[in-house]
Amino acid sequence: MKQSLSNSATTAVASPPFWRDEGKRAIFFQIAALLCAGGVSYYLFTNTQANLARQSIATGFSFLNREASFEIGESLISYSASDTYFRALLVGALNTLQVAFFGIILTTILGSLVGIARLSSNWLVSKVATSFIEVMQNIPILLQLFFWYAIFYESFPSPRQALNPVKGVFLCNRGLIFAVPESHPAYTSMGIAFILILVAGWFLNRWGHKRQELTGKPLPALRMTAGAAIILPLLIWFLYGSPTAMSIPELRGFNFSGGLTVSPEFASLLLGLVLYTSAFVAEVVRAGIQSIGRGQIEAAMAIGLKPGQVLQLVIFPQALRVIIPPLTSQMLNLTKNSSLAVAIGYADFVAVTNTTINQTGQAIEGVAMIMVVYLFFSLSTSAFMNWYNKRMALVER
Amino acid sequence: MKFSKTLVLVLSLSLMLVSFAYAGKDLDAVRAKGFLQAGANGSVFGFGMPDAKGVWKGLDVDTARAMAAAIFGDASKVKFTPLTAQQRFTALQSGEIDVLTRNATRTLSRETQLGLNFVAVNYYDGQGFLIAKKLGVKSAKELDGATVCVLPGTTTEQNAADFFRTNKMAWKPVVIENTSELAKTFFAGRCDVLTSDASQLAGTRAIAPNPTDYMILPEIISKEPLAPAVRHGDDQFRDIIDFSVLAMINAEELGITSKNVDEMLKSKNPVIQRFLGVSAGNGKALGLDEKWAYNIIKQVGNYGEVFERNVGVNTKLGLERGLNALWTNGGLMYSPPFK
Repeated sequence: MKQSLSNSATTAVASPPFWRDEGKRAIFFQIAALLCAGGVSYYLFTNTQANLARQSIATGFSFLNREASFEIGESLISYSASDTYFRALLVGALNTLQVAFFGIILTTILGSLVGIARLSSNWLVSKVATSFIEVMQNIPILLQLFFWYAIFYESFPSPRQALNPVKGVFLCNRGLIFAVPESHPAYTSMGIAFILILVAGWFLNRWGHKRQELTGKPLPALRMTAGAAIILPLLIWFLYGSPTAMSIPELRGFNFSGGLTVSPEFASLLLGLVLYTSAFVAEVVRAGIQSIGRGQIEAAMAIGLKPGQVLQLVIFPQALRVIIPPLTSQMLNLTKNSSLAVAIGYADFVAVTNTTINQTGQAIEGVAMIMVVYLFFSLSTSAFMNWYNKRMALVER
Repeated sequence: MKFSKTLVLVLSLSLMLVSFAYAGKDLDAVRAKGFLQAGANGSVFGFGMPDAKGVWKGLDVDTARAMAAAIFGDASKVKFTPLTAQQRFTALQSGEIDVLTRNATRTLSRETQLGLNFVAVNYYDGQGFLIAKKLGVKSAKELDGATVCVLPGTTTEQNAADFFRTNKMAWKPVVIENTSELAKTFFAGRCDVLTSDASQLAGTRAIAPNPTDYMILPEIISKEPLAPAVRHGDDQFRDIIDFSVLAMINAEELGITSKNVDEMLKSKNPVIQRFLGVSAGNGKALGLDEKWAYNIIKQVGNYGEVFERNVGVNTKLGLERGLNALWTNGGLMYSPPFK
């Protein structure tokens, strides 16, 4: 093959016929592949449409505006059976987002701790971390979910015999119910102030770094921000006349009313996902830290950095480059695994869509929506992580 | 070279898809296959569930056997596919099964939007509530604020929402996909009540750790006419499925049982002669053997026999005939004339 190619190149001075021209051939095949893919998807689409029409099965998304007429166990926004399917699905999507959000944060924290613990020179700590990783990593997540859910509903008492460890906190097989402050304008202002301070702190930190580069004087930006983030909201609270009204849970009829409830379904799903995924994250973190040469750490200590500074200035900036890409994939796994919620009755997006599919019979639309929503969640997570990865990546000069 | 091979493969695969998409009519397909593929529940005792030896048992299962007896003259020529509440209609629409005999409620939207045809009802059910006696609740109207265990993908979810809305009561559903997981959760006390069709509640109560601790509340909050279903598109097949169910009811009305059906062949009653195919006509009209109704009764039994064998008072479920008695006995079971 190679022989004949070089021959034709030497004998034919003029441009070779198009089927011999590698560039043109590549374009031809690209177009052919595109046409094939397009043709197959067009065929599948029209064939499905025709079959659905032949069996007189309803199609389209108009059902989204109809009344859902089913109830959802827990919701971040107000929802009742008289709302539309669209709102029901939104409730489901938010529930998925909620468990993924808390899951990712807790997993990152727990996973890093366990990963560092596994490298500890303390024999006990490192063996405990190792066994945690081995056990959690090797039991299927679905079984773990059933296990945690069973613990919640089997071992806690009924609401009438609820455990009451602290005033205003109840633990029973309906979940963890605790008192929360009654809503008051003060809390909104406090929240806004808190966020503003975090933003200001970020700028302060940047300015501090610049000043340090110029003058060599370090600025304790983190401590300053933390202090302000505590003091300012408290000040606002006093200015509003320090409201103390609480919504205290009370046993009324079957269940508690008032307060905030963390349902057993949410708790066991979160627990299962966090424990399972953090075992993988721990291994990722360990690999990242071990990728740093010992010499670097010794060198850092030799120039007089404190152990915290060694971690912050030498190990982490380099380890993160190794850690972030596999960490992203674990975060995506967690989000996708959250669809197992349907097994233990947490009203996530898949669960709500399943009910919708069953009431409307529009399985294709429903499954398409599940795919789009998970794709959106996954792509946003990975877009964020890619941005972060770029920031952390080695900048070549 | 490699690429064109792949292309050929893709093209031939898509051509195969074409041929699958346009299979022949349902009845011809069933006959060509040599057996009837029926969708059954798989986990509801008394309606559709394999026993310890793996033999399918239940009211719905026997209904499907009657259909096989009508089509093939052999009640054993049926295979069962266990389906969840969510899979069942898709399985029927896609042609994975020929007929659905899986305690499915006939509703307007299922007939129209799902493209299904329901046939004669083989069990009149209604949705109720199962509750622990120790809660001291006597009526479903006292359930304000209750947590309710419910199966997804059924009319049950919607009925419960309607009931609590009409009575202006608050509630919280716990929706779990797997029937046995749901029952476990309920018995552990995660929910105050379990809601489902009354017949299924009787089955769930029967497998409770201590059945006498639980009671079914008196309110029946919905109508659930459970009927077999076929997909749109083959009217002859639909008629056969329909009259297979009706034949069992008609036989009970005429007093024909699996025990006495051979003697009944000698009956002088023209109605019975027509029904059992002694005087020809019905079989030809349906496109079946004239013996089709005889085969159903001989091999499966009449409706009363099937009911008592699977769910009646002498079984673990212990259900009364109630609405499912013949119309002559105050029930709703009524067959059109076989002529």
